Amino acid sequence: MIVHNRALQSALLFLPLLLLICPARAADDRNPLANDPKAAKAGEYEFRINCAMCHGLGARGGGRGPDLTRAKKKHATTDADLFQVISNGITGTAMPGNGIGGQGVGMTDDEIWEIIAYIRSQEVKSSAASGNADHGKQLFYGEANCSSCHMINGRGGHLGPELSGVGASRTHDAIVDSVRNPSRILAWGLTESSKEFAQEYETVTVTTADGQQIKGVTLNEDNFSVQLMDAEEQIYMFEKDKLRSFSKSRESMMPAYNQTALSDRNLEDLIAYLASVGTK
Amino acid sequence: MRNNNEPSVIPTAAGARAHHKNSVIPTVAGAPATATWRNLLFLCSITTLALLTSASAQVTSDRILHSGREPENWLTYSGDYAGRRHSLLDQINASNVSKLTAKWVYQTNTGGRIEGTPLAVDGILYETGQDDRAFALDARTGRPIWLYQHQLPQDIRPCCGRVNRGFAILGDRVFLGTLDAHVIALDRKTGSVLWDQTSADYKLGYSFTVAPLVIKDTVIIGVSGGEYGIRGFIDAYDAATGQRRWRFYTVPGPGEPGHDSWEGDSWKIGGAPAWNSGTYDPATNQVFWPTGNPSPSNRGEGRAGDNLYSNSLLALNADTGKLNWYFQFTKHDEHDWDATQVPVLVDSNGKHLILQANRNGFFYVLDRTTGKLVSANAYGKQTWSDSKDAEGRPIAKKDASPTLEGHTVCPGALGTTNFYPPTFDPQTGLLYVTTRDQCDTFSTAPQPYEAGHAYYGSAYFPSDEAEPYRGFLKALDPATGEVKWKFEHTSPTWSGVLSTAGGLIFTGDAEGNFIALDAPTGKTLWHFQTGGAVYAGPMSFAVDGKQYVAIAAGSSLFTFALP
Repeated sequence: MIVHNRALQSALLFLPLLLLICPARAADDRNPLANDPKAAKAGEYEFRINCAMCHGLGARGGGRGPDLTRAKKKHATTDADLFQVISNGITGTAMPGNGIGGQGVGMTDDEIWEIIAYIRSQEVKSSAASGNADHGKQLFYGEANCSSCHMINGRGGHLGPELSGVGASRTHDAIVDSVRNPSRILAWGLTESSKEFAQEYETVTVTTADGQQIKGVTLNEDNFSVQLMDAEEQIYMFEKDKLRSFSKSRESMMPAYNQTALSDRNLEDLIAYLASVGTK
Repeated sequence: MRNNNEPSVIPTAAGARAHHKNSVIPTVAGAPATATWRNLLFLCSITTLALLTSASAQVTSDRILHSGREPENWLTYSGDYAGRRHSLLDQINASNVSKLTAKWVYQTNTGGRIEGTPLAVDGILYETGQDDRAFALDARTGRPIWLYQHQLPQDIRPCCGRVNRGFAILGDRVFLGTLDAHVIALDRKTGSVLWDQTSADYKLGYSFTVAPLVIKDTVIIGVSGGEYGIRGFIDAYDAATGQRRWRFYTVPGPGEPGHDSWEGDSWKIGGAPAWNSGTYDPATNQVFWPTGNPSPSNRGEGRAGDNLYSNSLLALNADTGKLNWYFQFTKHDEHDWDATQVPVLVDSNGKHLILQANRNGFFYVLDRTTGKLVSANAYGKQTWSDSKDAEGRPIAKKDASPTLEGHTVCPGALGTTNFYPPTFDPQTGLLYVTTRDQCDTFSTAPQPYEAGHAYYGSAYFPSDEAEPYRGFLKALDPATGEVKWKFEHTSPTWSGVLSTAGGLIFTGDAEGNFIALDAPTGKTLWHFQTGGAVYAGPMSFAVDGKQYVAIAAGSSLFTFALP
């Protein structure tokens, strides 16, 4: 960069000195510990304690939290964004603020910067998806029939999880696993502040008092009531004690896509499409 | 001689139903009472209450000692010194509980959650909430009489929520431990601070979340901070002046018995906090206080040995803090299995016992005279122990320790149970406890200790199994260790449990329901959706002859009564 303004030039010369003088602040755009080799290591300890429960060891994503090794993240771009997200959480998601609600132990500003240094050290350069995103889109809305249950950016069905952001938040392997073996780890649905765990996409079958049998996915449930959606996208709400029968299953309503239903190559195209949407 | 206000019998399982029907319950006099007699007793209590209220009666230590004489009040965290969380009120019972209705809700609007059990004294409730807020409410209407907000520094170290579990009371004052490790006495008429004692340096990770326990004229309190490499202790303060009378370090120093159970200098940061309320046996003047995990919680390397007195039950002389005996449930713990569950005192066949359904998945019965183990039986999913030592104590498998890449063990770090208080119902003779079946993958890595910083030496995370976590309310038989019945929740809950002389069990769930069940059978009889997850223990009280049941859910306090 060529700087024509002399005053600005002087300011830039003094910037490193200013950074040394000023203590770490949330307003910093850059991690003040970015060049401290010890910070990433210290951040790993903090990450294990505060973050790994949801985001997994190595920040590769757990059942609950997204993969953080992706360079491109949904809720944060700069270090300052990350600081804000870790400090305050993300409203409407399971991501809590620092030390709130029993998660984590309450970190100092420096400890948060250490975690950011660690996350940055774990990031892998976005490997260009090997598949063909355009063909993936055709599959999603066509032959593979994904859109009958899943919605992306306002287009598609209602029964399964909304997938606009999944390409940005889940690892390649996690998406493969969800398609090939959807019952192994059920997707998470509604997150309520009053519930420790988000509702999962369990399958529920009920028989009503008048003998009608209804099968669907649980939108929500407590000890005494259940709210569900059937394959026709009808919402039903029941008090359990008024039902003739109620049973739950962890066999997902989503069919398992084997090689015959969706070849590896087509799956890669689909993942490329999800990635292209998610990182927009 | 043993005091007769202790429960005099554990009825046999077969006799439980009959006891319930015929209302043979231990009374303050230790004699069985008929239902009519008990109702009369209740009326007498109410009459006494009216007199006491007009006289603005002090809460004497004698009243706390004989709390069974005034079932309309709730004078300690667990409702009595025995830790039974059992209300002698029976106006609300199995036949009418379906009509139970909400009376009032008090919203703190603090966010977070209330973990405290309110105290009820002569028509006033005293409760604590998020961030060491505290309040006194008109028990009939829920209208506040005073509010107190402790001013907390910005940089406190609350490991597990900015929570508090309630007050202790004596005389004209209520006592509170705070997140910055102060013990404070408030005037119970105004909430004014009468004394404020700094117990330890919060910057090193010390804090209080526990409801203190008043014994005679002493306030007993245990410290939190097992996630920060503290050295745990139990303190006793003069209720009048705030002067400290004794301190028992739960990690013995050089020259003290048990010190050699720690490697090198690891004792200095050995943890063993004491963050849940203990119980008291007036007959022997012993306070029974449970302790938590050694630090770092999930890494044993560097602290070779049993790590006394972590994860133990301590029997201390209430006047001096001198240790009479200890029992360690989990030796050299590496899974965060704090033994900080309320130890419940019961008597059976002339034996003076302690019941503790422990976080490590075993239900222990101890002889409280000697501290010897009577029985230990698994009451939930556990994989860490498949054998017992000569005394009958479960011992850990060789490969139960965390590894760098992670090793799956049940129960997980949150335990088969946790701090949420259980109840013992003398009518059924059963201990009712909230449980969780969840396994975790425990990972460990070296971590240097840094003063005031989180110090786990580890991570744990849900095991990658399709098996979902399951939560239950279980009724345990102390005589056999058997689970007599269980109620499965939609998901695991953090709610405590209350039993009442009305034959009822009250508990809450993670989805916000407050629930009444039939004590002998576990049948659900009533429920109410509060809209906030329950992290507290229910209690019961009476005003003007009307019985109420109270529960905190979210950051609000709810009460219920018959119409």
